Amino acid sequence: MADQNALFEFLLRMGDNSLILGHRVSEWCGHAPVLEEDIALANTALDLIGQTQMWLGLAGEVEGKGRTADDLAFLRDAWDFRNLLLCELPNGDFGRTLMRQFLYDAWSSIMLARLIGSSDPRVAEIAAKASKEVAYHVERSGDTVVGLGDGTEESHQRMQAALDYLWPYVGEMFDGDAVDTAMVKAGIAPDPASLREEYDALVGRVLTQATLTNPTDTFHHKGGRTGYMHTEHLGHLLTSMQWLQRAYPGATW
Amino acid sequence: MDQPSVDTIWDWLDQVPDPEIPVISLVDLGIIRDVRWEGDVLNVAVTPTYSGCPATTVIKFDIEAALRDRGIEKLVLTTQLSPPWTTDWLSDKGRAALEKFGIAPPSAKGEPDRCPNCGGTDLERTSQFGSTPCKALWRCRDCLEPFDYFKCI
Repeated sequence: MADQNALFEFLLRMGDNSLILGHRVSEWCGHAPVLEEDIALANTALDLIGQTQMWLGLAGEVEGKGRTADDLAFLRDAWDFRNLLLCELPNGDFGRTLMRQFLYDAWSSIMLARLIGSSDPRVAEIAAKASKEVAYHVERSGDTVVGLGDGTEESHQRMQAALDYLWPYVGEMFDGDAVDTAMVKAGIAPDPASLREEYDALVGRVLTQATLTNPTDTFHHKGGRTGYMHTEHLGHLLTSMQWLQRAYPGATW
Repeated sequence: MDQPSVDTIWDWLDQVPDPEIPVISLVDLGIIRDVRWEGDVLNVAVTPTYSGCPATTVIKFDIEAALRDRGIEKLVLTTQLSPPWTTDWLSDKGRAALEKFGIAPPSAKGEPDRCPNCGGTDLERTSQFGSTPCKALWRCRDCLEPFDYFKCI
């Protein structure tokens, strides 16, 4: 049974990442600088919410208490969320949003590629589906980071500031704990630390092309994926995202 | 009534239009993965195009409505994730209908072969994301018209 608990935790981490980032990105809907970017952000958010339905749907199934993906998304409070802190950070300007997206997409594309080989066929098939969508996400966010980084003086400065601000949240992606050990042992998911080399190579390549300087400070914030301590921003996000279910419990379309 | 054959069911489903792009059918789109009788229960397996595509719910509703209208009473609709949907499953009939409608069909090289309006080949991409998850925005430099491209996945 212990492994089922660990699998549930692992699936929450996957689903909460895409849920919280998807919600953040959806906040841009109707506000992006140009129409094409507005559409691209909304599409990205939609894919992430779709992936959330698969991850949290499976999490509910594994937990075996009858909770649906909707129950897990709308009826948990901040301390039960397991997303990376990076995903819950406010959007900031357009540059910071796209930098956050790229730093996440790069990790997500590598993680999903590994999960396609998962020993759990349910995890493998979600990863196979999601990785096709994420391939488009990382292509776009990477291209935009290059375009803005190697753009005007102002866009360059804003992208460097975004990178400096976000970089301390990257390290959490590669932290491991007992849940990860159990996943590695069962062949379900890779050791998070094993993704670092490929990640640094991919991110380094894009940042160099974007004429941006990768921070060298190795300090990183943590507490999101373990649920130990989220930033204050998550609670504010949830008050908006969960408002309907809190005001009208059990409301349906 | 007699139990309709699986081929008949496929024909019926080929008359159900995609809710977003009604010139092609659900069968053309390649999302019907299996049609099977188990005793007197009809099983239809459907795969989503994009995981978050809002049309998926409507599609399931349309399938159910179409089959119930034809007298199918015991119906089980299942979602099949694997293998994931690919634009390679679009039928030739569907590809031709898309182009006629003004949407360039997917091409293995990852970009449209020609402008669906004038046939021009001097094309540029405006955005990899378009009005639905499955489409990208392109523009033809010959006729200067923008058009949708059904992108490969």
